Amino acid sequence: MGANDTGLIGQAVRRREDLRFLTGAGQYTDDVNPPHHTHAYFLRSPHAHAKIRKVDTAKAKAAPGVVAVFTGADLEGVNGLPCGWLITGTDGKPMNEPPHPVLAQGKVRHVGDPVALVVAESPHEAKDAAELIDVDYEVLPAVVNCVAALKPGAPQIHEQAPGNKCYTWALGDKAAVDAAFAKAAHVAKVDIVNNRLIPNAIEPRAAVASYSRADDSYTLYVASQNPHVERLLMTAFVLGLPETKVRVIAPDVGGGFGSKIYLYAEETAMVWASKRVNRPIKWAAERGEAFVSDAHGRDHVTHAELACDGDGRFLAMRVVTTANMGAYLSTFASCIPTILYATLLAGQYTTPAIWCEVTASFTNTVPVDAYRGAGRPEATYVVERLVHQAGVDLGIAQDEIRRRNFIRTFPYATPVALTYDTGNYDATLDGAKAAADVAGYAARKAESGKRGKLRGIGYSSYIEACGLAPSNVAGALGARAGLFEAGEVRVNPTGGVTVFTGSHSHGQGHETTFAQVVAAKLGIDIETVEVVHGDTGRVPFGMGTYGSRSLAVGGTAIVKALDKVIAKGKKIAAHLLEAAEADIEFRDGKFTVAGTDRSKAFGEVALAAYVPHNYPLDKLEPGLDETAFYDPTNFTYPAGTHICEVEIDPDTGVVEVARFTACDDFGNIINPMIVEGQVHGGLAQGIGQALLENCVYDAESGQLLSGSYMDYAMPRADDLPSFQVETRVTPCTHNPLGAKGCGEAGAIGAPAALMNAVHDALLGVGVKHLDMPASPHRVWQAIRAARG
Amino acid sequence: MSVQLSLTVNGKPVSATVDARTLLVDFLRNELALTGTHVGCDTGQCGACTVSLDGRAVKACNLLAAQANGAKVVTIEGLAAADGTLHPMQAAFKECHGLQCGFCTPGMVLSAIDLVARHPQPDEKTIRAELEGNLCRCTGYQNIVKAVAHGAAAMAK
Repeated sequence: MGANDTGLIGQAVRRREDLRFLTGAGQYTDDVNPPHHTHAYFLRSPHAHAKIRKVDTAKAKAAPGVVAVFTGADLEGVNGLPCGWLITGTDGKPMNEPPHPVLAQGKVRHVGDPVALVVAESPHEAKDAAELIDVDYEVLPAVVNCVAALKPGAPQIHEQAPGNKCYTWALGDKAAVDAAFAKAAHVAKVDIVNNRLIPNAIEPRAAVASYSRADDSYTLYVASQNPHVERLLMTAFVLGLPETKVRVIAPDVGGGFGSKIYLYAEETAMVWASKRVNRPIKWAAERGEAFVSDAHGRDHVTHAELACDGDGRFLAMRVVTTANMGAYLSTFASCIPTILYATLLAGQYTTPAIWCEVTASFTNTVPVDAYRGAGRPEATYVVERLVHQAGVDLGIAQDEIRRRNFIRTFPYATPVALTYDTGNYDATLDGAKAAADVAGYAARKAESGKRGKLRGIGYSSYIEACGLAPSNVAGALGARAGLFEAGEVRVNPTGGVTVFTGSHSHGQGHETTFAQVVAAKLGIDIETVEVVHGDTGRVPFGMGTYGSRSLAVGGTAIVKALDKVIAKGKKIAAHLLEAAEADIEFRDGKFTVAGTDRSKAFGEVALAAYVPHNYPLDKLEPGLDETAFYDPTNFTYPAGTHICEVEIDPDTGVVEVARFTACDDFGNIINPMIVEGQVHGGLAQGIGQALLENCVYDAESGQLLSGSYMDYAMPRADDLPSFQVETRVTPCTHNPLGAKGCGEAGAIGAPAALMNAVHDALLGVGVKHLDMPASPHRVWQAIRAARG
Repeated sequence: MSVQLSLTVNGKPVSATVDARTLLVDFLRNELALTGTHVGCDTGQCGACTVSLDGRAVKACNLLAAQANGAKVVTIEGLAAADGTLHPMQAAFKECHGLQCGFCTPGMVLSAIDLVARHPQPDEKTIRAELEGNLCRCTGYQNIVKAVAHGAAAMAK
């Protein structure tokens, strides 16, 4: 941060947002109760795939307390929900992009597909009335598996997507890869499933939509990670309303993890309906509803091969993946298994040639989109499972095979379209090994063995592309939006500062971290800085929070705005001090004439800007309020090594995570306490994927079998160990904070580390392959099968 | 069908007539505007709705309001002192960064206080086992465990 750093940077400042959350004063969407509001209930398809012959709402409309009932037929003229990323296939054609109606039109395509919206005086009345809607379904055969959906004879889900294909897309030099494989001394192979996950933020999605006849405007409270994007998509693409007439507020939001990025059917239908009923409408998803309507994550089937020379040096990688899009294209679905996946397959390694082909298919399941990590966990899982297998095949230690292939010269252009600006992968590997006490592993393994337990150790050296994103690069790759961020710094007349950011905090602690950045840069008391986010009526147009972008992109926008404030402040101070502008220095909250003791405090300059009695009005506007839009020039590349030790009970198949160590490089860190918390949370989700969580659909009926917390195994406090978390720092070279982002790393690195440990533990028993999650049932079966 | 009930909530007497099927959590949130108690699931699994009922942590989504008739209920809004001083467990969660999005937090804090009442000096294993009924998706539990131990020590003073 340089000369004005007041010591706030790098400090574990306790979070200012905590007080409201700890006293019950937080305001989440479901806590918003406009006067005279009504309640929404969505009637959802009980079938995975069916034609709708007829919908009869007459009885429901006559039920007690019912205000209105709407179906897909009522919404004619309302467009479908858009997809924000165009993928162009290997055939040169745009992806198949079938319509995604807000309420079902003629057909339902997954269990949970919304069919009707009931608006009533109370939630009970809305729900009771929904039971009176008579939907005449003609049930059709369903397909839920992404590979099965592409087979001849599979049920056809959309007219506009023959064979259920969305696209086949490829990245990399296939000829170079084929040539390298032809001369390889060894080829390591894996066939892996990246299991489907359900994000499960603990706050279910919710919305409150109001219409004002006074000025023909709408206000939407919604549990969203990006209110401006929500508004733009809803107004310009779906409802055809002017943006100026819609205000979207994402107040306190109880976790997102990707699932609250998207424009969903529910809030869109509610905004539309709020004008028709002319009363506010409120909806909060029940958990069971969330399971069948929040966008899911992952769901890849992959065959991957790594060509090595005799010394374990990587020559080429070949990856063929099928990805499940679900029944419709969610907002960013198409870019997750392509742009955010194949581009990461170089990992931390110098593999000179990589080719990846991805086929995305439609199935009768909930749409799949970004979930914490989004494409990068899937890529890391492929790379690190392959590297592990190569080490096993060639008899090279897991740390050594990684070290032999590390990138050490930066900037480094990968064969899959990215240029890493900086990194030090030896440092994070060494750091992880030391913290994990790898030296003591043999003794721990022996001790486990004495108790009849199988112990294993696994490594995962991951990389991610974060700080989404350089808009020109994203645009060339098919993005239909910019990916900059906006920040406004409004200095108030008495010197206090209000910061308006396009980033959105739903647990990340931006109100604290951003205040640290501002107070440090301006040399002012952190208590005089207020951070505002989550309201299109207050903050400039920004893109919101996902992809570990908030500090690197949103924070930089604030820094750029601060630079403008300081530049203007110098002009004002020069006038007040009767000095040349070039002679004014800003340091520790004071504008000083260089080499003198003549200075003006930041607050004095602020006051002069708003009470311009002695002010250069002929040259300078009054006021001190600056906005900056920052578009990054590159992605950021957080990276690190995770080491996991598991202990398996061969009699029960129970896998215990005995130790988990993460050594990460997030660039410069503003608040280490918050960063550590982000790592913990990411690790819990990564370990959850590898050990516990699995979204299961019945292959025949398409019913969701893991549709509640009694069936979907969420990580609980007693499933997890205490993590050992360390950091090493190579500052990002292309943003002024030197920050890379930390929110997704845990979820990206952990699954491979854990599964490599499980495979290591089971190697001696003869288990060759196991897919996630390593549940007791699966592990026990694998051990039994291997033992014959 | 409606029922009459009288109870004490956060030290204040409350009387109301409610629909018989009203859940305690909905009564607290909708009738008393105590929105700090949250609803995170519909199967009694997540614990976001945890409140104290006659000194025991209970899931307010699994009780009818009528079942709280005559009881003393404490919610997250009733923990801090009148002058705003946080309960030691609330303070511990802040000090140890035991919360991120804050949605599970009220239930976690109420469960933690109940846990400490039964285990005044809990070790990590006990804390993790006792928090099994409260889901958090943000923190990975590590700092919650730390906060509960910290809060327990502060409560013992």
